[in-house]
Amino acid sequence: MSTGPLILPRRARGRAFFDALHGYVFIGPQLLGFFAFVLGPLVAVFVFSFQDRDLLTGAVAFVGLKNYREIFADPLFYKVLSNSLVFTAGLVLLNITLALTLALLLSGSFRGVTTFRTVFFASVVTSAVAWAIVWRFILQGQQGVLNQFLEIVGIHGPNWLREPRWAMVSVIVARVLKNVGLNMTIYLAALKSIPREYGEAAGVDGASGWQVLRSITLPLLASTTLFVAIITVNGALQVFDHILLMTAGGPENATNVLVYYIYRQAFQFFQIGYASALAVLLFFVALGLTMGQWLLRGRSAEA
Amino acid sequence: MRRDRETAWLRRGAWYVALIILSLPFVFPFLWMASGSLKTPAEIFAFPPTLIPDRWNWQNFIEIFRYQPFARQYANSLYIAALVTLGTLCVSAPAGYAFARIRFRGNTVLFLLLLTTLMMPAEVTIIPNFLFMKLLGLINTHVPLILLPILGANGVVSTFLIRQFFLSFPQELEDAAMIDGLGRFGVFWHVAVPLVKPALGAVSILTFLYSWNLFLEPLVFINDLRLFTLPLAINNFADAYGVPVWHLQLAATTLSVLPVLAVYVLAQRRIVDSFVLSGMKG
Repeated sequence: MSTGPLILPRRARGRAFFDALHGYVFIGPQLLGFFAFVLGPLVAVFVFSFQDRDLLTGAVAFVGLKNYREIFADPLFYKVLSNSLVFTAGLVLLNITLALTLALLLSGSFRGVTTFRTVFFASVVTSAVAWAIVWRFILQGQQGVLNQFLEIVGIHGPNWLREPRWAMVSVIVARVLKNVGLNMTIYLAALKSIPREYGEAAGVDGASGWQVLRSITLPLLASTTLFVAIITVNGALQVFDHILLMTAGGPENATNVLVYYIYRQAFQFFQIGYASALAVLLFFVALGLTMGQWLLRGRSAEA
Repeated sequence: MRRDRETAWLRRGAWYVALIILSLPFVFPFLWMASGSLKTPAEIFAFPPTLIPDRWNWQNFIEIFRYQPFARQYANSLYIAALVTLGTLCVSAPAGYAFARIRFRGNTVLFLLLLTTLMMPAEVTIIPNFLFMKLLGLINTHVPLILLPILGANGVVSTFLIRQFFLSFPQELEDAAMIDGLGRFGVFWHVAVPLVKPALGAVSILTFLYSWNLFLEPLVFINDLRLFTLPLAINNFADAYGVPVWHLQLAATTLSVLPVLAVYVLAQRRIVDSFVLSGMKG
């Protein structure tokens, strides 16, 4: 009886140590992988950005800020950067508008509602490569089916993927159609949590459907919208598949965006140092956007 | 009264018309892909366009296997996605459990450090990863396509999701199991894992699709036709000038998309829920 309490703390201490050991073993593989394939490479890309590397001979030379100076002296870089921002802005606006519209149309329960939800989400599980290939097929010059349809109704459609302005629009639209189903579903979940009585009470007070939407539903969805905007912006910044497959950055770099530019510099022109400096800039653009979003989020949480 | 009913009816009609019009750009690509996959090269650009081919050219689906080692490429995608899924579960389930339930020095700090992975695009590190794999002699092997998803961003998201589930796990269950004489590993394996099966299911679905659809990594790491995965393969039906051989490309694309769509239609609820779960990760 009296020995019990004396022994327990020691055993407990031993157990805590043993437990902590288990903790390290459990997270070990993930952590090692993180150092080898995420943190290590992140440090490396900063180092590479100050070097010139020859992939064939393996020669490495320290060049200081040369890569950065070249990047900032190249008008193409500014075009690529502005393309990335235009793409991101266009994509986020169109995606959120469409996602919200679809969610509002599908929030009730009526015959066929699940079928429609299934349809709008199907492209989310489809591979971006397949989706981009099919859209390239649809949007081809005068032979593409879209222009054939337009021809039938008497409109001479543009060469969607070969004219600078239309190429950007086409890529944005194809990408929105690919991913909008996910945002729609997130909105649907949010709409479900809004009590029905809100709208009904307003309806009794004589508010029209449009007024209910504007002054009740949309404000209640504000935090969801911010959240959806954040994940969509991050995704848009990483666009690659659709660009490579639909336009290859063209015509005349009209759809050349950051990730695609890095890919070309590194793996087609083998400018490892230059491409690494671009990757560092991508890192800071992403970091800046994330921090901006956090600030926005913090402010909206206070409000 | 009658007018009310009429307007209600009209409204409902307008609702359906709007939905049908909006669903066109989502449905049509699949139909047009399937239609094109069955057409002859001559019919594929026929004017006016035909949704149902005049002559069903099943030959396309045989031709694609002659054009390149498509069966082999298909098998590559399958086995890589399976290994990535399995590996992710083996790495992320214990890590997620440990971060949620085990006290050890540095738990929180290490977890936050891990989360920084999600703040940067994976493309930032593709160049050093390429050179690293080159150094190890792993270019033109499937090793990077298996390792990077397990240990990179997708693996971190998986760990995060699994950790969330373990956080809400009742402490009493663990205590009871330990009093019964189970060690940490026993508790994890016999008590914890069975209780978070839904989370593991969601992670499996997302990870399999992630690997199945991966494009930039295979593009960078693989250049041998026989080692291609599906996204590379279906993009590779082109003639010597790089012009797509459309009827074959669409047949191959259809074959790559169809099983995923079939599983999606069957297990829709679970798949959509998995995506929403990971979408909510922020």
